[in-house]
Amino acid sequence: MKKIESGNVAAALGVKLSRVQVVAAYPITPQTPLTEKLSELIEGDELKAEYITVESEHSALAVCIGAASAGARAFTATSANGLLYMSEQVHWAAGARLPLVMCVVNRGVGAPWTVWNDHQDSISQRDAGWIQIYVNDHQEIIDTVIKAFRLAEAVSIPVMVCYDGYYLSHTYMPFDVPDEQIVDSFLPEYQYKHTLDPQNPENLNTVTMPFARPDRDGVTQPGYMDIRHNLHVELGTAIPVFEQIDAAYKEAFGRGGKPIMSDYRCEGAEYIVVAMGSLANRIKDAVDELNDEGVKVGVLSLHLYRPFPRVQIIAALENAKGVIVIEKALSYGNEGALFGDIKAALYPCEKKPFVHNYIIGLGGREIKQADLYDSIKASCTASENFEDVSRWIGLNR
Amino acid sequence: MDECKCEIKTSNSKSGPGDAGRTGSWRVERPVIDLSKCTPAKRQKDSCYLCWLYCPDGVISKELEPKIDLEYCKGCGICAQECPTGAITMVEETSLIEEEKKTNEKN
Repeated sequence: MKKIESGNVAAALGVKLSRVQVVAAYPITPQTPLTEKLSELIEGDELKAEYITVESEHSALAVCIGAASAGARAFTATSANGLLYMSEQVHWAAGARLPLVMCVVNRGVGAPWTVWNDHQDSISQRDAGWIQIYVNDHQEIIDTVIKAFRLAEAVSIPVMVCYDGYYLSHTYMPFDVPDEQIVDSFLPEYQYKHTLDPQNPENLNTVTMPFARPDRDGVTQPGYMDIRHNLHVELGTAIPVFEQIDAAYKEAFGRGGKPIMSDYRCEGAEYIVVAMGSLANRIKDAVDELNDEGVKVGVLSLHLYRPFPRVQIIAALENAKGVIVIEKALSYGNEGALFGDIKAALYPCEKKPFVHNYIIGLGGREIKQADLYDSIKASCTASENFEDVSRWIGLNR
Repeated sequence: MDECKCEIKTSNSKSGPGDAGRTGSWRVERPVIDLSKCTPAKRQKDSCYLCWLYCPDGVISKELEPKIDLEYCKGCGICAQECPTGAITMVEETSLIEEEKKTNEKN
């Protein structure tokens, strides 16, 4: 069924189709209409779930952690400072290996206050052990939410579905709502192996020692470092599992095929621009213009940011002359976070492309088509002395 | 379903003493029960057992003469605090070790 709705509603409909059993969320701009829609669906009995109202984002995720530990499929959503307020629980959910799904409706982080879009909120949580997926439009939002539950439950690792505040959350776009019955067969009921059961009591996430320790039956149990190494390794296995899940989704609904990254005019391109989220769509116009002028340049839109698809990144970029990373977040005092990751991935390549970095659109600063065009052109025509620094586009001095 | 050979390591464990290893080594003070003041021991019938009830590690037995499993007792002192007859005192481990040494030497 086709619908014209906001990105937040697309996310809420994806949550509904996933038959989520517990929702706990605290409203924050620009995520608010998503939680409002979910409470409306639950109130109207269209979604048979518990909506647990909480006093903070920390509690919202704590409730979801409890719900998932009791064997329920749980969902939350937040933005910016709300995400950072729940940060302790963000790390906890990954360490406890609970298959939660959270939408992060991307917004700049205060201070100073901004309600507008950039990626600093979710990028700052990239090392928490979650899977992070960045989507580009409304169709990808609803499809990815459904796929995210299956992925989270397959590898027992929580998934953040990140989409741009306002650019996607509040704009209205046509999208297809998948058929409920087909979603039911695509996403079966959630089974958790440590489901809390009074008949068979267990301690969850008990204190670990620096060393592996014997449990009460004398069986050696992994220590903290072993458990964390296992999370790291199994995050890596999420890449092929996500590809399988996407393929199954494509078979069922006819959409998908590029879950890790999607490319536009990259075949035979000498220069490749890398970006995440709706920004990648914006860059397509600049790339079209440059191709018309004979500059062979394409756009690589990275969807899966964590686990970082190093092998796929190398394959996509190693034969380019130059790579231009344009992003809406950075590691303060260093450089763009994605830029650093891409440079590191390309380091072992024999034929290293140059890698340039542009920081753009922080706190919703207007992203001008001319700025994108000028920056990409400057990099594509740069001499060897082009200084290797992150360039900020669109500053008012 | 999806092909995943995940081990999913966690520190989930069955409840009971010892789920965090031999925590008795954490103890600085040891609870010592004076059976002449302990209610069930004195009356020789099941009664009181507040120490058993309050022990957060479940290492005190519910017997006429309650026993403390020193392999796992962390020495938190809650039992000594809760005992209504003041039968449990917390004694410094170092002094007890000195005494034990002397006893061993005599033997």
